[in-house]
Amino acid sequence: MSAAAAETHASILSLPQLVNDDAGLVRRGRYLTATFLVEAGDLEFLVRVVEGRVVAVERGPFLMRSWTFALRASAETWQRFWEAVPAPGYHDLFAMKKLGVARIEGDLAPLMAHLRYVKDVVAAPRRARRR
Amino acid sequence: MTEPIFEPIKGTYVRLSLDGRSHRLYFEEAGQGIPLVCLHTAGADGRQFRHLLNDEAITRHFRVLAFDMPWHGKSLPPAGWQDEEYRLTTRGYVDLILAFCAALGLERPVALGCSIGGKIVLELARAHPERFRALIGLESAAYQPPWYDDTGWLHRPDVHGGELCGALMSGLIAPQSPDETRWETLWGYMQGGPGVFKGDLHFYRVDGDFRDRIGQIDTGRCPLYLLTGEYDFSCTPEDTRLTAEKIPGARFTVMTEIGHFPMAENPAHFRRYILPVLDEIRAAAR
Repeated sequence: MSAAAAETHASILSLPQLVNDDAGLVRRGRYLTATFLVEAGDLEFLVRVVEGRVVAVERGPFLMRSWTFALRASAETWQRFWEAVPAPGYHDLFAMKKLGVARIEGDLAPLMAHLRYVKDVVAAPRRARRR
Repeated sequence: MTEPIFEPIKGTYVRLSLDGRSHRLYFEEAGQGIPLVCLHTAGADGRQFRHLLNDEAITRHFRVLAFDMPWHGKSLPPAGWQDEEYRLTTRGYVDLILAFCAALGLERPVALGCSIGGKIVLELARAHPERFRALIGLESAAYQPPWYDDTGWLHRPDVHGGELCGALMSGLIAPQSPDETRWETLWGYMQGGPGVFKGDLHFYRVDGDFRDRIGQIDTGRCPLYLLTGEYDFSCTPEDTRLTAEKIPGARFTVMTEIGHFPMAENPAHFRRYILPVLDEIRAAAR
């Protein structure tokens, strides 16, 4: 496994602590209960959110699992996204999508209804690096 | 107790007839000198220009004016709005700007617009150069490829439009922009009326594709400045560059550490780019 992949996996696995320790973030997500998939290169993670708290992050590979929406990028792209001051194009989930380095798939309605929360959840490792 | 601080901005309302209908339009102004008409972004309002309106280096030489478009800010939608779907068009937007300038008796103002406001200055440059002293387009392009397919997300009952507009726009602000002005900019987006941002995007994404006409712009009749922030992925520096290349004489600048809302997201940093432009326009007027 490359260093970028290992770092990316560690960041994704740190989401429960980063999110659940942030009372404001949990409050903003209190109406979301869903499982979403985060892809980092050839590895997949299922992030389980219950009323704004990340209760589990499960590491794949998976054979056949349900999820609501998926956020897909390479491990290197997630590393660039989480830099304390990311470069233009890597500073936002939708920017990366437009740049063609990330994909957003699945049932978009819950994502759009909770967009600030989901963006803040996936950007939590960046905020941790800034501290 | 600290002394209260009163800003030099004055706000008032003007009644305008647009497309045969009466409109009540709110605007703010400060300063004296060359009129500088400021055009806010889609789904927002004139508060985006409060830092320009409060900047003595600008108001010493310019009469800065910023109106809220109909349906935006403190301006009302026209009577009968409840049965309509709001949609901004090129013609309606140009008529609004010209009607505002005429109502206030502004003689050859400078127009400075951002995003949809930046886009419409291209049409002002093409069709009405004799009416303006100079035109400034921020985050402006004849065309910009969309970054999401369906603007319907912005106006449907199961998604809070204000929350979504704020969350979408958050990505268009540069990471270097200060928290206070970042969140103030997003607050404006969170406050828009239902469907208004979507209606503005009809102009930004559909009606305002100017690729077939920007070749007609003659910057010899009216100078044109285009400035775009490096973190803007809605109207990218590349989008603006492609536009500028088709307009001989257009002045193109990439602004570092700035996104889609220069005057609002990081006003202190934006001054470094806009003050020299305004100085140049003033020098040409002497």
